[in-house]
Amino acid sequence: MTAAVARSTAHSIVEASPRSKAVAGGLVILYAVITILPLLWIVATAFKSQSDAIAYPPKVIFEPTLEGYVNLFTVRTRQTPDFIAKLPPPETWYDKLVRQRDMVIAGPSKVVPRFVNSLIIGFGSTFLAVFLGTLAAYAFSRFRIPLADDLLFFILSTRMMPPVAVAIPIYLMYRQLNLTDTRLGMILLYTAVNVSLAVWLLKGFIDEIPREYEEAALVDGYTRLQALRKVVLPQAVTGIAATAIFCLIFSWNEYAFAVLLTSGEAQTMPPFIPFIIGEGGQDWPAVAAATTLFVVPIVLFTVLLRKHLLRGITFGAVRK
Amino acid sequence: MAQIRVENLRKSFDQFTAVQGSNFTVDDGTFFAMLGPSGCGKTTTLRMIAGLELPTEGKILLDGEDVTFRRAAARDIAFVFQLFALYPHMNVADNIGFPLKCQGMGRTEVRQLVQETARLLRIEHLLSSKTSKLSGGDRQRVALGRAMVRRPKAFLMDEPLGALDAEFRHLMCGELRDLHDRIGATTVYVTHDQLEAMSMADQIAVMNKGRVEQIGSPQEIYDRPASMFVADFIGSPPMNFLRFEGGLKSGDRAISFHDASIAVPEIREDRARAPLALGVRPEHIRFADAAAVRGEVFGAEYLGTTQIVTVDTAHGRLAARLPSSASVRIGERVGLEFRSERLALFDVGSGLAVRTANDGSAGHG
Repeated sequence: MTAAVARSTAHSIVEASPRSKAVAGGLVILYAVITILPLLWIVATAFKSQSDAIAYPPKVIFEPTLEGYVNLFTVRTRQTPDFIAKLPPPETWYDKLVRQRDMVIAGPSKVVPRFVNSLIIGFGSTFLAVFLGTLAAYAFSRFRIPLADDLLFFILSTRMMPPVAVAIPIYLMYRQLNLTDTRLGMILLYTAVNVSLAVWLLKGFIDEIPREYEEAALVDGYTRLQALRKVVLPQAVTGIAATAIFCLIFSWNEYAFAVLLTSGEAQTMPPFIPFIIGEGGQDWPAVAAATTLFVVPIVLFTVLLRKHLLRGITFGAVRK
Repeated sequence: MAQIRVENLRKSFDQFTAVQGSNFTVDDGTFFAMLGPSGCGKTTTLRMIAGLELPTEGKILLDGEDVTFRRAAARDIAFVFQLFALYPHMNVADNIGFPLKCQGMGRTEVRQLVQETARLLRIEHLLSSKTSKLSGGDRQRVALGRAMVRRPKAFLMDEPLGALDAEFRHLMCGELRDLHDRIGATTVYVTHDQLEAMSMADQIAVMNKGRVEQIGSPQEIYDRPASMFVADFIGSPPMNFLRFEGGLKSGDRAISFHDASIAVPEIREDRARAPLALGVRPEHIRFADAAAVRGEVFGAEYLGTTQIVTVDTAHGRLAARLPSSASVRIGERVGLEFRSERLALFDVGSGLAVRTANDGSAGHG
């Protein structure tokens, strides 16, 4: 009797058999390796020398050097060995590294201002999109809005074609408004693209929060805005975090508009990275170093919000 | 504490009218129940009194003061929700103290009032617990505590016991009424459960399709239903209706029911010939061999001290409540005798009751 019961649970629909667990585990590990490998390759390439980076067959074991990072952050000029010999001794380790290659540092490269641009434009547009999205989603979720369905469809329809399809009109508009190559222009553009995603995602989350919570707060003495801030938002944190990550990933990675609309002042990292040129073409270790640094903020942001993200992606997916 | 007056209150959502022209007064200190099937507009009415919904038309007066368009927070009314709506990110004490904190009261004062309220509800030992760890009944007590703590003018409760299991609901019914009496608050209580309304309320408003069908004490509503809807909604099993055609004259003490004559309370109004219905509560039916209405026993449901016997007659299936001691055989032919002084008459066309001596001199309404 007991044995029969035990055997029946072994094939129950909730408990996986050891073999299927092993297969599932294997698949997950395989997937993790496949996705992580390119990332590891980039991190490794950043520490390779110019020749190791383009060696064929590719080198897995190599002598690490910080040359890629030094090249990324500096502008250098080639000099004759005689000239270098006449210079005062190098003051820093990177001066020394550069001189070994018969070059001297002429000044800092533009990577830091570009990185700052990326941070300001990425986080600025994410904040704006989530802020506007939360307010709009709350209104759509709680109030009787005339033509609400049409408005929501209209908001969604801005996502129905690739944004690049409107690149030229936007370029002309921006030129007219003097918004080309400005941080404000890029923030506005990315906000406009992200806000539709934010409204739809957040509406789903806010719909799931029972209105009784804020109604109780309204009766107990809060204004609508206070109830939103102190009762609804704490419960929507999960959705807001998930939405913020999606928005940030988009605006952080966006390439086409960045190439088209920025060239100097407001240029972000994506158009900057591929054009890091060394002597005789692409400086691959420097490109890899820039890419590594470029990935860090997104990883940090995602790890910080990880707790919410996991719940956020599944939450709201299941309708009652 | 306060009197609540509702005048010609109407609420439409797009095409749909949820409440159509309600009028009633809840006197100071009354336990007032709004009873009706789901979708009858009772919750919408309550939400308009609270200020969570704005009326399309009409007025709401609190102690004579027009508050129709005043913010919910400014009405000094407490609302208890069916799903409790306790803030999940706060513990019990913070939940109860929340309305006081909203008003900007000092911390020591809040703590003292929260303690006092918790003592009244017997939940002092739970004050530092998380609300998610509480049982349904305790959650309900916390929700009540949050409503009581600032001593509002009135309590509005929207099916507050709906989420509890049956056993507990009974216990909480007693507690709620007890609490109402101790605080002496005006309470408006929305429910679809007639037992809750009957056992707790001083006054019941029975609502149907956005209209108030009848307002009265539980006894009035049960004994002298103003309409067929009320008669059918209140009582389990509900009132039996025996349909017939006939005219009525003021002063008549009997009606001609098909071929028979049945004694009824003295009729107080004239009626031209029209489809009518004779209303009989199950407990006012007795088996009597000589009776004019006859039928065949269809089934019996044993309930302990009484049994519900269903009888198929030429005028439809009737339910009779008989003592369990009466022996009933299925298929048996029986005569049904009605307690004449407890009968009611209805106009089938309008659904309204015909006035009889039972309505007294005041009439119904």
